[in-house]
Amino acid sequence: MTQPPDPAAAGLRGALRWGLTGGMIMVFAAAVGMVQVFDESRIVIHPVLSMGYLSLFWFVPLAGYLATKVKVLEGMTAPPTGLRNVMLGALSGLVGWGMLAVFTLLINAFNLRDIFVKLSPKLVILLTFGRGLGAGLALMALAVVLLSAAGGALHLLSRPWRRAVILAVEWVAIIALLESVFTQVLRQLGLIRVGRAVFDEGGVQWWAALLIAVLAGGLSLAGSKRSGPRRNRLREFLAPADSRRRTRNSVLAALAVLVLLIALPQLMGSLLSDLLANVGLFLLMGLGLNIVVGLAGMLDLGYVAFFAVGAYTVGVLTSPVSPRFDLGWSWWAALPVALVVSAIAGILVGTPVIRMRGDYLAIVTLGFGEIVRILFLSDWLAPTFGGAQGVLNIPGIPLGFTEVRGTNPQAILYFAVALVIIAAWVSWALQESRIGRAWTALREDETVAAAMGINTVRAKLNAFVVGAILAGMGGALFSAKIGSVFPKSFELLVSMIILVVVIVGGMGNITGVAVGAVVLIGVLGGPRQPGLLQEFGEFKLLIYGALLVFMMLRRPEGLVPSVRRSRELHADELTQDAWLDKGASVASTPDPARPGGEAS
Amino acid sequence: MVARSARADPIEWIPVTTSADVRRRWRLPNWVDSFLWFLRLAAILVLIWGVTGTVVRGINGEGPTGEAWRDLVIAGIAQGAMYGLIALGYSMVYGVLGFINFAHGEVFMSGAMVGFFVANYLFDAGLWESNFIAALLLVLLTSILTSALVAVIVERIAYRPLRNAPRLIPLITSIGISFFLQYTFAGLFGVAVNSYPPPPAGLRERVNLLGLEIEGVKLLVIAVAVVSMIGLYLFVERTRIGRAIRAVAEDKEIAALMGINVNRTIVATFAVGGAMAGVAGTLWALLFRGVSFITGFLPGIKAFTAAVLGGIGNLVGAMTGGLLLGVFEGVIPQLVLGGLGIPGVAQLKDVVAFTALVLVLVFRPTGLLGERLAVEDRT
Repeated sequence: MTQPPDPAAAGLRGALRWGLTGGMIMVFAAAVGMVQVFDESRIVIHPVLSMGYLSLFWFVPLAGYLATKVKVLEGMTAPPTGLRNVMLGALSGLVGWGMLAVFTLLINAFNLRDIFVKLSPKLVILLTFGRGLGAGLALMALAVVLLSAAGGALHLLSRPWRRAVILAVEWVAIIALLESVFTQVLRQLGLIRVGRAVFDEGGVQWWAALLIAVLAGGLSLAGSKRSGPRRNRLREFLAPADSRRRTRNSVLAALAVLVLLIALPQLMGSLLSDLLANVGLFLLMGLGLNIVVGLAGMLDLGYVAFFAVGAYTVGVLTSPVSPRFDLGWSWWAALPVALVVSAIAGILVGTPVIRMRGDYLAIVTLGFGEIVRILFLSDWLAPTFGGAQGVLNIPGIPLGFTEVRGTNPQAILYFAVALVIIAAWVSWALQESRIGRAWTALREDETVAAAMGINTVRAKLNAFVVGAILAGMGGALFSAKIGSVFPKSFELLVSMIILVVVIVGGMGNITGVAVGAVVLIGVLGGPRQPGLLQEFGEFKLLIYGALLVFMMLRRPEGLVPSVRRSRELHADELTQDAWLDKGASVASTPDPARPGGEAS
Repeated sequence: MVARSARADPIEWIPVTTSADVRRRWRLPNWVDSFLWFLRLAAILVLIWGVTGTVVRGINGEGPTGEAWRDLVIAGIAQGAMYGLIALGYSMVYGVLGFINFAHGEVFMSGAMVGFFVANYLFDAGLWESNFIAALLLVLLTSILTSALVAVIVERIAYRPLRNAPRLIPLITSIGISFFLQYTFAGLFGVAVNSYPPPPAGLRERVNLLGLEIEGVKLLVIAVAVVSMIGLYLFVERTRIGRAIRAVAEDKEIAALMGINVNRTIVATFAVGGAMAGVAGTLWALLFRGVSFITGFLPGIKAFTAAVLGGIGNLVGAMTGGLLLGVFEGVIPQLVLGGLGIPGVAQLKDVVAFTALVLVLVFRPTGLLGERLAVEDRT
């Protein structure tokens, strides 16, 4: 397709390109204030690396690695590796450093704070490690070049070693960032002294990081020696090609998760339990949206409307001080009503949009989401729904011996897990049923589905209604958990975040949605709920947006893809692979007429 | 269907009578149709009832005065002119690439945000008061350049790799871009609302135009918007690039065969759409003054509504749709909802806009002036 590559020029171009990208990412992280905010909040590896510097430098080794990475298609020989990779990696680092240095000099020379609020003198101090401009910039150059050269040097390692190094870095990062979980668990296990020794100010001590790295790397090496070549076993376990094994494995995974979930709330304090309960809440809604978006292929951007309807119905029916009625029902009596009302809302929203084109449907549902919120907020309906104040004093869920409510996060967590299991079971059963197959057919091609005798209108409405019911259930849980509902909790952001959870996790795949919810809501946090990394607060949505774009560009099938979906999205790559396979056998007899391979 | 086409087919079909056949024979609408008819009827009834209520109240001397109505309409036109300007960007991109560029609202916001700093500087330097026209032109230029630049960068980074992806994938990407841009601007320029300097005293007074008293600022906004729209129309209809844009919107492949550089034309489309959003950004700031990182969201969605209302892909439609939506939004809460005796109607402005979107798509999904889509997007 392209000219026969000239390795030197291609390498230089790669180094320049990735160096500029890396530099841009560094300048961006500094300019939006990440470096400063994160530096104050958290240490990753005790004396060496703070979160701020992590946010600044994380891409540098990657850029160094990518600078000389060549995509090796089947039938091609991998280019030889050598000192060149390291040098070009370092060069990319140098380019990136150049950008950062210019940026540092600029904010040092001019006072730009009136426009760019985050460019304070303190940022200059951070960027120069507090050692003055000259020494600081030199030190920065050293750090950046070393990191990017290390990234380039990854090419020199053999596969198992490379994997071991990457795993070691990953594990150090995970354990350091999830410090609060580990200390909490260690405390509950009576090992608080270990926790105090290993962890410090939100990160790990340097010696512990080294230990973790050696352990993780060593285990990976040992593992790869024993079992030979293997490809991401976890993914194969969760989504093997054989559907019966997939079912079995999913059940096993679900059981393991269940046991973990029963044990976890006891090990974690109330803070972490509350966090996990939020994960459960979003997972519940994610499962519902997964049916609408992932299975039936309708992009519903106003999903929050059903959540709001469920929450408000329960609130109005159960609260003793609800503005119009004071029914004071029990949560259990209100739940079926809430589900029915959400289902009706699903029909009301679904019917007019059902015939629309996919993208119009998205915008119209978004409009419905806003309409519902504004109506709940309006003076017009304030006599019933309380306007901006909302409905207060919503009681918890009476459960025989105890009352499940927000003040008891462990109980809420158990309850949320129970609801999630129900929702997961419902969506799994539906997915494998006639209705589920109709949804899939609909998603693939509506015309063909109709020609095959599927009642497309009914199938689409079914999806809408099931999705709405699950969101209504989420709403019911939410109002009991928070104890009050007001319009501010039901902004469009909620729909968007649920959508990101579904998409990042893997559309059309229950496990994927679960992974998405745990990773995103648990670590980054929901629209108003803090995650483990609380300092991400102001940058949460920035990261969500970037993640959404990145996933769409690089991995539209999500982290844990559904088999069918990824086949669909990578159809052309598969055909390309097949073509290359065919071509490989031909290419093995060299063609003297075309020395440089294909030329355009 | 099956039963009817059986005769022409050599295979012998077993005639099956479905409920659909029964409905067709007895001309019964299926229930989605019935629901939609119910919706149409309900909308018309509510409209009539509300208007009657308002008229009755007007006769009784209640409700807004004639002057209040006039102000509502003019405010609606000014607002609608901006919707129209933003809608042009949606419409052009949809016409060319066939997806909703959800981030276009943020393109609009970026122009207004960056324009603020120039406006503020000019105000401090005194130019804003002494030579308002020059100052305004400078701000407009900044705003236009920023918005066009943001639009082009977004196209390059996010949309170009997805040129042939299923339709919903660029839409989801653009939602991500929208968030990313919002919070990037929040990070760079802070989350506070930036207030533009007030327009000079002369503009704040009312001007008498053909017997109508109009606030000077609104007149200026409408005038600038109309000039830009005419400029864009001429650009698209008369220039070489404009012709290329129309050709690419018609059929990308044939256009490429005719020697048009499709990529460059798409960049031009984004740039021009962004420029219009930039104009709208400055006008928005003149009218409402406050600009923050979330300013772009609602106007963006409403402008899309306007584009659909006029017929997506249709430039005149986008402008008309914008003006109509602005007027609807200004007048209908008072005219219809006020007549129904609903309190706090001003809060329901956005509900009216979104309901308008639903009703347009139910009544006339191709918009008032008809949509213009690329060959591959037509269904």
